[in-house]
Amino acid sequence: MKTIKNILLLAVVVITAAAFTLKSDAGYKVGDKIEDFKLKNIDGDFLSLSDYDDAKGYIIIFTCNTCPYSVANEDRIIALNDKYEDEGYPVIAINPNNPVAVPDDSFEKMKVRAEEKGFNFPYLFDEGQKVYPKFGATKTPHVFIVTKNDMKVKYIGAIDNSSRNPDAVTEKYVENAVDALLAGKTVQKTETRAIGCSIKV
Amino acid sequence: MYFYSMIKKTLLFLSILLVVSSCKKEVTKEVTEELSIEETQQVTSVKTYNYEQLKPLLEKKDDKIYVVNFWATWCAPCVKELPYFEKINKDYAGKNVEVILVSLDFPKQVEKKLIPFINKRNLQSEVVYLNDVNEDVWIKAIDETWSGAIPATIIYNKNKREFYEQSFDYITLENELKTFLN
Repeated sequence: MKTIKNILLLAVVVITAAAFTLKSDAGYKVGDKIEDFKLKNIDGDFLSLSDYDDAKGYIIIFTCNTCPYSVANEDRIIALNDKYEDEGYPVIAINPNNPVAVPDDSFEKMKVRAEEKGFNFPYLFDEGQKVYPKFGATKTPHVFIVTKNDMKVKYIGAIDNSSRNPDAVTEKYVENAVDALLAGKTVQKTETRAIGCSIKV
Repeated sequence: MYFYSMIKKTLLFLSILLVVSSCKKEVTKEVTEELSIEETQQVTSVKTYNYEQLKPLLEKKDDKIYVVNFWATWCAPCVKELPYFEKINKDYAGKNVEVILVSLDFPKQVEKKLIPFINKRNLQSEVVYLNDVNEDVWIKAIDETWSGAIPATIIYNKNKREFYEQSFDYITLENELKTFLN
């Protein structure tokens, strides 16, 4: 009798715990500490955040080959790495899409796109689509800025305030955030939104 | 005798079949004609709004139920679910339901892609184009939970409003709509 009671109690505990876990499973928020990851880069090597000895932080961007919003931002992503890699904030791009759902987002096609556009940053493949849910990325492009010393998220959102038209940009969110971090200041706008393509799994 | 009666029956059957099929043909013909008339009514422009202009469409206080879908011609899951919204617009028109399709295509592609798409698919729901660079402001204003990914949909009437950052199949969409129909 006691055993049955205990089993029931355990079941209740497990179910409650599971419910809470699911609830908080929506991904990292600003201020959260992130886990490192190990993903395959287009050059065939696996890359982790801890591989960057000299970095002060990371500009992690979920993006892909096929989303027109991602494509519209490619030049801007390249420019970000140009400007901030040497300052200690390299761009790390991650393709979260499942090639079964979107064949043109396969690892092979990632290499082709990176070559065509001359990507100057690593372009990682989220094999099995396991990393993007931890971040809570929902779309491409979706930016997360993380500081290295505490591995905490400092910014989540868009690259700037005009994803569809680069000529109409009046506020560069990512640049403003990284500039603030480099100057040892707090980021003013920590969360922004832009239209993007849903992640395809 | 039996043989003759068989032939008679067969002939009768065949003649009925002929009459029926010729009637059917006529009906199909009419339908085709109607369709071709509709097809010739091509749209040449699409209403373009900024968020302030779009806003009244998202908060009407009349007796209708509005199904507002945010989409783009380049968004594959959006294009896939469009026929379901069209079907809702058609099947529930008599039940005070109206579908509004808000396109988020690129400004440069309105003429080249959006308008030809509306004509090719013969879209019957109202299509409007949202061109507003201030995405960070209006995405939050449309719904606090919206990350900005499309497709996204709002269903609302004067008493109730639901937001969905997801793709729909017809059954799920119809079931959501039914919660507004009482």
